[in-house]
Amino acid sequence: MIPALTIENLSKVYGDGFEALKGISLEVQQGDFFAMLGPNGAGKSTTIGIICSLVAKTAGKVSVFEVDIDRDFAAAKKYIGVVPQEFNFNQFEKALDIVINQAGYYGLPRELAAERAEKYLKALGLWDKRDVPSRMLSGGMKRRLMIARALVHEPKLLILDEPTAGVDIEMRRSMWDFLRKINAEGTTIILTTHYLEEAEALCRHIAIINKGEIVEHSSIKALLRRLKREVFILDCVEEAPETVQIDGFVVRRIDSHSLEVEVEKGQFINQVFDELGRQGIHINSMRNRANRLEEMFVNLVEGAS
Amino acid sequence: MTLREQYVAFMTIVRKEIKRYLRIWTQTLLPSAITMSLYFVIFGSLIGSRIGEMGGFSYMQFVVPGLIMMAIVTNSYSNVVSSFFGSKFNNSVEELLVSPTPNYIILLGYVVGGISRGMLVAVVVTIVSLFFTHLQIHSYFVVIVIVLMTSTLFALAGFINAVYANNFDDISIIPTFVLTPLIYLGGVFYSMDLLPDFWANVSKLNPLVYVVNAFRYGVLGVSDVSLPLAFGMIALFTVLAFCFSMHLLNSGKRLRQ
Repeated sequence: MIPALTIENLSKVYGDGFEALKGISLEVQQGDFFAMLGPNGAGKSTTIGIICSLVAKTAGKVSVFEVDIDRDFAAAKKYIGVVPQEFNFNQFEKALDIVINQAGYYGLPRELAAERAEKYLKALGLWDKRDVPSRMLSGGMKRRLMIARALVHEPKLLILDEPTAGVDIEMRRSMWDFLRKINAEGTTIILTTHYLEEAEALCRHIAIINKGEIVEHSSIKALLRRLKREVFILDCVEEAPETVQIDGFVVRRIDSHSLEVEVEKGQFINQVFDELGRQGIHINSMRNRANRLEEMFVNLVEGAS
Repeated sequence: MTLREQYVAFMTIVRKEIKRYLRIWTQTLLPSAITMSLYFVIFGSLIGSRIGEMGGFSYMQFVVPGLIMMAIVTNSYSNVVSSFFGSKFNNSVEELLVSPTPNYIILLGYVVGGISRGMLVAVVVTIVSLFFTHLQIHSYFVVIVIVLMTSTLFALAGFINAVYANNFDDISIIPTFVLTPLIYLGGVFYSMDLLPDFWANVSKLNPLVYVVNAFRYGVLGVSDVSLPLAFGMIALFTVLAFCFSMHLLNSGKRLRQ
């Protein structure tokens, strides 16, 4: 199977001399759900800009489904749908017109464009708003409108640059469900996000970019296996004692009914439960304190700086 | 893209452009009709009646072709400059840039949008002018060709302005400080015969002189400049403007980072 995206030694130096990308290379397989993470200014949006032709690269090679963008950008563009970080549609145009016009720019005949627009506006819950000028839509609706617009030519590769930024939790979950569905139907998805929970929940592979370089490129499972330590919150049935001690573990009392326990790699959480039971402390629920990927991300980014 | 797909993309841009200026017709079509009516009343009827004949025609008949051409020039220019700069300003130009639409189709789409507005306003102004004077067309061929060439040239000029503009002030500087003086000094209101030789020769550097006189020839059959020279100059400026516009699009200057 040919890769959906291949980037080789890609670099970008802006006019003011800022080196946004320092020869990065990565590959995204067909059908993958791929996360691109990194702090602000790391080079994620520059990479996406180059892939979809909004940014001119300084050096390197980009191929989309083995079509080199330097040789046949028009063919490569047909494979790509892009949802940018900022709203980039005419605020005075109606939602339906925005989607239909985008289909037209890809050469889809008017009737087919109208069919597709209806399909994706319905799928994203915007059909009722089709005749509303886009400036009247809420932030979440505008994001979904950009997704509908990006999908109208049914690209094989969908690139989303922070699609859930500023979107409420319920809307975010429904967008996740939608993205999972189209990924299951065969669309390769590349996602940049600041919500590491989002990457962990959705994606199978990940690249972490920092200061224009890729500091990690692997599967999320492999990455998480390398975690040295996890922190769990334990909710107690009765009020917890002021101090709790378990040999080999760091335990903190957060409030009257919650404890925080650090479990190092190689240790077992069962040991904690056994010891707490012996001390008469009964637990009725448990959860991760912080997003696990977030911890790994901070380690990698801080380690690189 | 296949030719059929390119045609669809082209028509999408043209349709969008026409829809845009029709949606805001009070800002795009009405002002020209009102302004030209005022010109007809003031210069044609009130002042013109005291001026008498010019170039063998009543002053009203003499100024009508120039005023129609003035409407075509300003509208084809301002349609493209405001629309394309607007799409740059709100980043919606990215919708086109990420698509496989070839650059020449993008340019043609915007230019044809500008031409259509220029021609629509020309029709409106011509209808208004019929309330003030009688018009007969000397050469339909010259009229049609010169209107198409002129609106194409100024639509392209508007596109170049839009690419270079950084803010909304920049899209009014050229129309205010360049286009308007050139139009007023381009023989809309007077015949070149009235100028001393020196200023008549200087005026020949003004492209609007060729545009206005060629159109006046098409309507009235008189011109201060030779018709082939006028067509040649307009064609030359149009080719240069097209090549430069394509260069801007292909290089991505001020459009891509």
